[in-house]
Amino acid sequence: MIRFDTVAVRRELVGFAGIVERNTYLIRRFAWWEVAWFLYTVANTLTIVFIAKGAESAGYRVDVNQMTIVLLIGAVVWSYLGLLFEIVTETVAWERWEGTIEYTFMAPLSRPAHLLGMGAFAVVYGVLRTVLLFGVVSAFLDVTFTNADFGSAMVVLAASSFSFVGIGMMTAVLPLISPEKGTQLGFIAQGLLLVISGVYYPVSVLPQWMQWLSVISPATYTLEGARKAVLDGASVTALWGEIWPLLLIGVIAIPAGLAVFAQGERYAKRHGRLKRSG
Amino acid sequence: MSAQPAVEVRDLRKEFIRRDGEGGLRHRRRRKRVAALHDVTFSLKRGECVAILGQNGSGKSTLVRLLSTLLLHDGGTAEVFGNDVFRRPRAVQRLVNRVSVEASFFKRMSPAENLSYSARFYGMTPRQSREAIPRILERVGFPPERRGEPMEDLSRGMQQKIALARALLTAPVLLLLDEPTTGLDPRSKLEVQEFIRSIREEHDSTILLCTHDMAEAEALADRIGILHEGALICLDTAEALKAAHGADTLESAFLAATGRQFEDEGGEE
Repeated sequence: MIRFDTVAVRRELVGFAGIVERNTYLIRRFAWWEVAWFLYTVANTLTIVFIAKGAESAGYRVDVNQMTIVLLIGAVVWSYLGLLFEIVTETVAWERWEGTIEYTFMAPLSRPAHLLGMGAFAVVYGVLRTVLLFGVVSAFLDVTFTNADFGSAMVVLAASSFSFVGIGMMTAVLPLISPEKGTQLGFIAQGLLLVISGVYYPVSVLPQWMQWLSVISPATYTLEGARKAVLDGASVTALWGEIWPLLLIGVIAIPAGLAVFAQGERYAKRHGRLKRSG
Repeated sequence: MSAQPAVEVRDLRKEFIRRDGEGGLRHRRRRKRVAALHDVTFSLKRGECVAILGQNGSGKSTLVRLLSTLLLHDGGTAEVFGNDVFRRPRAVQRLVNRVSVEASFFKRMSPAENLSYSARFYGMTPRQSREAIPRILERVGFPPERRGEPMEDLSRGMQQKIALARALLTAPVLLLLDEPTTGLDPRSKLEVQEFIRSIREEHDSTILLCTHDMAEAEALADRIGILHEGALICLDTAEALKAAHGADTLESAFLAATGRQFEDEGGEE
């Protein structure tokens, strides 16, 4: 019979909330940087979505409305997934940078509560930022979302969050093992996902080996699902083909991410890497 | 007073792998195992304050990091109030807190914010920390009007007081102090030392103090140990150490015990 230790569970929940609380303080303290990054993302997204109008003015025959929405979804969804991935991946890098790594890792806070706290914060912050980004960029565009089912698109985004948090946990271990190279490797992993997942083009245009890799990338299903929801008004039921792979990757990636991180932490403790200077 | 020791360390050993040479494409760097601590044995009674003296690289920080569960050992045992540090780290983490030479905070966040989220890691609810934080900041003499200022705007002495407040907020029964006054101006140093003394008087805390400062060790500790090249070569009262080495001062006793001046050398693992 499973017996829950309510005191321990409560302590973990309080610790989990502590991670979210800390990151909220950081966002507040870096508010002007947040504004600057947001404006940069808006500008970057606009430069991407105006490609549709540019193509038309250059003489190509394109459905400008559809192409703009395809690019908009690509940019906005990638902004969300990239942010999620970045926040979870930089769990260790932030702590090392600020010098608090030893205090966090010697606290009686379980690693699942720590990492899932980072993931939960990233999801809440990412969703708010993404909705705002979508609204602001859309205001600059002359596009119509006639059939769009935004509710279904949000369900796809929610399903993708689990898998991205899990993959982020696996890459978060890299700065723990190698303080110098770990963060760079995290960026490479993020870049690889960007290329293979069809952010601005269908995956069918990729070389065959990249198409094989795209099958295991959760971003592929997220982008396909979000586009079907916004362009064709696909319901959650109709999007099941995109949602179940996302849930499956999430179910595998989160426990795998925790296991990989636990191994990495053990390695770091064995080799004295769990310290501010690396 | 309980007969169970607060800390019981037996034959504790820790090695690190170091790389030799400059490396590069042609010259592969050789790896060798270097003992940071070897066969360290000691125990601390509950409520006792023990100072560990040693040069840089002698293994002081390694000892503190092992007891903080931040390192895994290569041999021997270490227990904190009967809990095996390496087998039951979570139980140990609940009993221990630490102040190190660097204050180590999120620098843009305020003292109150840093203390608040840290308290959460030790299971303190917002309601509990809202009551405890102003009280603890007042105890360390931190001006209430500066609680909202970023840590980076505070002096080193102020930051170190906040570090002590953070450690005390979780009511640790074992406090690990790793050179808590290094780099502080004389006034801040005295204030921090006075605060450490008051912690001992008011709380039931056991303290392991690693320091460079002979006077600090003598003023605060019941017993003093000398850690030399990873080995604990003696542990006794200041008077007994001086008598054993026929020395008038602790510095002379250190010199006689280690054969070296008390100066900075190398770096800690």
